[in-house]
Amino acid sequence: MFIQDLKIGWYLATRQLRRTNPWTTVLIVFVMVLTFLNLTVVSGILVGLIEGSVQQNKDKYTGDVIISTLDQKNYIENSPYVISVIKNNPDILNSSVRYVTGGSIEANYKLKTSDKDKIEGASAFIAGVNPEDEQSVTGIYSSVVEGNFLVEGDYDQVVVGSDLLKKYSRYEVPGFEAIDADIGSRVRLRIGDVSREVVVKGIIKSKVDEIGRRVFLPENQLRAMLGRDDYGINEVAIKVKPGVNAAHVRDSLIASELNHYAKVQTFEDAMPKFLEQMILTFALLGNIISLIGLVVASITVFIVIFINAITRKKFIGILKAIGIRGRAIEWSYIFQSFFYAVAGSMIGLAVLYGLAQPIVAAHPINFPFSDGIIVAPLGESFFKVLLLIIATVLAGYIPARMIVRRNTLDSVLGR
Amino acid sequence: MIKVKDLKKYFYEGEVETKVLKGLDLQVEKGEFVAIMGRSGAGKSTFLYQVSLLDNPTSGEIIIDGVDTHDFNEEQKVDFRLHELGYVFQDYALLPDLTALENVALPLLMQGETKAFAYKKAKEALTKMGLEKRANAVPSNLSGGEQQRVSVSRAIVHKPKILFADEPTANLDNESSRVVMKIFQELHAQGQTIVMVTHEEEYGRMAQRIVRLDDGLITKIEINS
Repeated sequence: MFIQDLKIGWYLATRQLRRTNPWTTVLIVFVMVLTFLNLTVVSGILVGLIEGSVQQNKDKYTGDVIISTLDQKNYIENSPYVISVIKNNPDILNSSVRYVTGGSIEANYKLKTSDKDKIEGASAFIAGVNPEDEQSVTGIYSSVVEGNFLVEGDYDQVVVGSDLLKKYSRYEVPGFEAIDADIGSRVRLRIGDVSREVVVKGIIKSKVDEIGRRVFLPENQLRAMLGRDDYGINEVAIKVKPGVNAAHVRDSLIASELNHYAKVQTFEDAMPKFLEQMILTFALLGNIISLIGLVVASITVFIVIFINAITRKKFIGILKAIGIRGRAIEWSYIFQSFFYAVAGSMIGLAVLYGLAQPIVAAHPINFPFSDGIIVAPLGESFFKVLLLIIATVLAGYIPARMIVRRNTLDSVLGR
Repeated sequence: MIKVKDLKKYFYEGEVETKVLKGLDLQVEKGEFVAIMGRSGAGKSTFLYQVSLLDNPTSGEIIIDGVDTHDFNEEQKVDFRLHELGYVFQDYALLPDLTALENVALPLLMQGETKAFAYKKAKEALTKMGLEKRANAVPSNLSGGEQQRVSVSRAIVHKPKILFADEPTANLDNESSRVVMKIFQELHAQGQTIVMVTHEEEYGRMAQRIVRLDDGLITKIEINS
């Protein structure tokens, strides 16, 4: 009897779907598509807003694995050993060694006419890099918005992070100062008592703080300024080979005891803690919004099926009058709801993975502190499809059952 | 075939009680063609709905083919209607999403017959009604007369013991009405038990017996020659 009811339910549902007004079907499926996108894209953007920040941190700053100075140390001790371990690790594709120190950048100092005149200056991190190595690990050069990035052999030239320049700086907080400088401007770098006049070769704009507040110059010139001849480095950004897990490389470096000399972290480990908290918070917010979306979708389907069933009340009565069991009629509505949910979800999946995600990945959403992407793991999306189907089928079944349970004669007579 | 004893149907609207059927007794024999007639409000359609198990009487007995239907639950009634009864409604009552063929085949499919068998029998039934070329048309593309013939086909395709018809010609023109009544006569000639409600004297005369109702009671039973 159960199978028979299923068969008749399927028979009725397929014919009703095939011969109903196509615009009605299109409209219902469209609602389901929007519902699915509401479930996935809204939470995906919320999480992607932070994920975009993490991704930029990785692409522009840390690479897959970052080796950095231990707390309380000025640089990585035993740096030659650290570098040799990295160079000999078979899972590492490229690495970029950086010398980083605190200092300042000054502009318009030549306009000073007396000792009382304040020099325009900004605190900055001065980073000495090997331009070729840096380019092979991070995509930092692609963030140059004016001028060019450094090349081998550049002398007395620097690339300045946009947050240090008044025309780009995102910070308007007391105590934070920026300078007026452009491409070709002469600026002065000051590290302790040592200063050096350099020319701005490029401006690099990034929403990653560590990049936006740095001044880049060739590493040999920074070492000369610092008088550092022991090759005591501060950071190594590492790019692993395709298919290699960053955590695996981190663990192998720790196994070589690099952690005795430096912090060894994957890009995720190095992510600021507040970002982790924000990801969890935004994921929670996304889930709440998704849940509301799911309830709205269920109510929409309920109304659609209820109106459908009410307008077909007479035909439901006729079906019962000629001997079609109520269960078979209910199945027909369940199948129709299932169709709407599956069709909407499939189109939604195609829109999400075929259009929205690639487009936003290519043209990230310009949020103030990150370039947002859509984060929608396939497994999670299929779980949401399942949720949507369950909610829709229930929302379709309940009104159908309400109508089917009515008195047969009342239904036939349209009472 | 049908035994009705002291059948009563009362409707209630708040405190107001309306007695539509006030205790009817009737017996219909196997193979008989009975017409139920009476003026509007006499209770003829209400009587048909009770006897055909589409509604629940207030009291009384309805025994069909020896089976007392009094204690049937809704599911048993549906099952009984599927296997033992056939219906022709005044407004044809075809399902708009199904073709003529699918409408007719539906009771057989519900009985568990294969699609091939159900469609074959449905085609035969439609052919008998002269509708073989209209089998794939949906109801909205059929004339009123054609729709009623499809409705008759659906009512008899599963060879029910009793065929109930509620004003089957009320919505038809004279030509179509005569065609439908001719079909009823042919079915009766083949041994089909038919209970038909009509207000048209001409068609009532085509039945074997006319049961006249007035004010919820049987006032007269006429045997047609």
